[in-house]
Amino acid sequence: MNEFVETLLDLPWQTCDPKPAYDVVIIGGGGHGLSTAYYLAARHGITNVCVLDANYIGSGNSGRNTTIIRSNYGIPESVRFYQHSLELYQGLEEETGSWIMHNTKGQIWLAHSTSTARTEQTRALMNQACGARTDYILPDEIKARCPQIDLTGGGRYPVQGASYHHEGATARHDRVVWTYAQGALRKGVHIFQHTPVTGLVTETSSSGVDRVAGVQTPNGIISAGVVLSAVGGHVSTVAAWAGVRLPIRSHALQAFVTNAYAQEFAPIISSNDLVFYVSQTPRGQMLIGAEYDRQASYRTSTSYSYLQACSAKATIMFPFLSKLRILRSWAGVCDVSTDFSPILGHTGVDGFMLSTGWGTWGFKAIPAAGEQLADLIATGTPSALIAPFGLDRFANEAAMADPSSAGTR
Amino acid sequence: MLWIECPHCGTRPFEEFRYGSVFPVTPETITDPDARNVDYAWMQDNIQGVTLERWFHESGCRRWFTAKRDTTTDTFLPLDD
Repeated sequence: MNEFVETLLDLPWQTCDPKPAYDVVIIGGGGHGLSTAYYLAARHGITNVCVLDANYIGSGNSGRNTTIIRSNYGIPESVRFYQHSLELYQGLEEETGSWIMHNTKGQIWLAHSTSTARTEQTRALMNQACGARTDYILPDEIKARCPQIDLTGGGRYPVQGASYHHEGATARHDRVVWTYAQGALRKGVHIFQHTPVTGLVTETSSSGVDRVAGVQTPNGIISAGVVLSAVGGHVSTVAAWAGVRLPIRSHALQAFVTNAYAQEFAPIISSNDLVFYVSQTPRGQMLIGAEYDRQASYRTSTSYSYLQACSAKATIMFPFLSKLRILRSWAGVCDVSTDFSPILGHTGVDGFMLSTGWGTWGFKAIPAAGEQLADLIATGTPSALIAPFGLDRFANEAAMADPSSAGTR
Repeated sequence: MLWIECPHCGTRPFEEFRYGSVFPVTPETITDPDARNVDYAWMQDNIQGVTLERWFHESGCRRWFTAKRDTTTDTFLPLDD
């Protein structure tokens, strides 16, 4: 008996074909696209919305991430935004009545040198000032929270201390996608799977594309008041149809799980100097990831050299991992923005909005980005939470540089 | 395992190399000098397909070279193709 199949959500799919026109068309049926559709319907009563996915819902990066929810970022704008998202996740089961397997575990971010210890102390103070619960803790407390750790780091990476993010959590990625899909479908939103968008319907003048008026699919054109690209990885292609240049480079991020570890491994653990992170899935498997591949790439296969390098790093800090075997590995194509912060909202082209730049940090932002984008689509003005993350920040010399908080670089 | 053809050392394993970047190209259609600067500093072509880029043979001859790579598969192609 599989508990995940046993408790599959009931998705009330629409039976019709796509209508010729919608108020809002969302490209990409992952977490971000579906949460935007859900909040448009739930918070603003906008239900004439259609979500299109080239494959099945959640088949892109929503199905390839490591499901970590946290808000311990390095710049105030990001901490406030991700803290709001973390709180929405905490209330999502109550709001939707659907179980997303949300589990608050706490996240430990290890420092192995004096300089990274200082970075983590700064992070803790800055997080507290912005409303996120992060404290700096010493090796004794790290050992108490995670007895499996080798505090000497194999003699080479001794643990100096760590920042402890109390509200760090995980949730089941598929169930988050299905929960938003179910909520949106129940309110009358249309979701079409296996419907790739092959182009945008644009109105152009001598100065380029003026307006996006709809999308092209193999089954014909769908007109839209607003087109939102919630595409992961391949967003540069979609934006190019509208003549929009993006500060995005696609990189493959690989991760893997081992066979089940019979004991409890309580927190989520990341390392600043070694660049890897470990957590335990509800099935007991150890979930391990590290930095994304250095070269820009759209490849979704994993490589032996990566698995080898990542395993070597993880077993330095957690020697018990060397007794486990790799069960599955996967890669996702991440849309990494040049300042390591998301890009949300208007693009300078009428009727075309973006939710991109999610790189390796998109899963935790699904509720807040959806809610705030829905608010932007309904009202026309970005809220204070997402205003700093507009595409125009690059031309205005207001980039939101926060590379150290990605945890994957 | 991925292999890369270094023009000086021959076929060597992928791990010996460091990725530089693609050649940045600002489109001719952007004419405003400020906009060209912003594009040069931040924007990316992010090509899905064959790109020309710079690689560094870090653990080998330590020389930079130009390579042609298909970004959908990470396979390297002969330069004169």
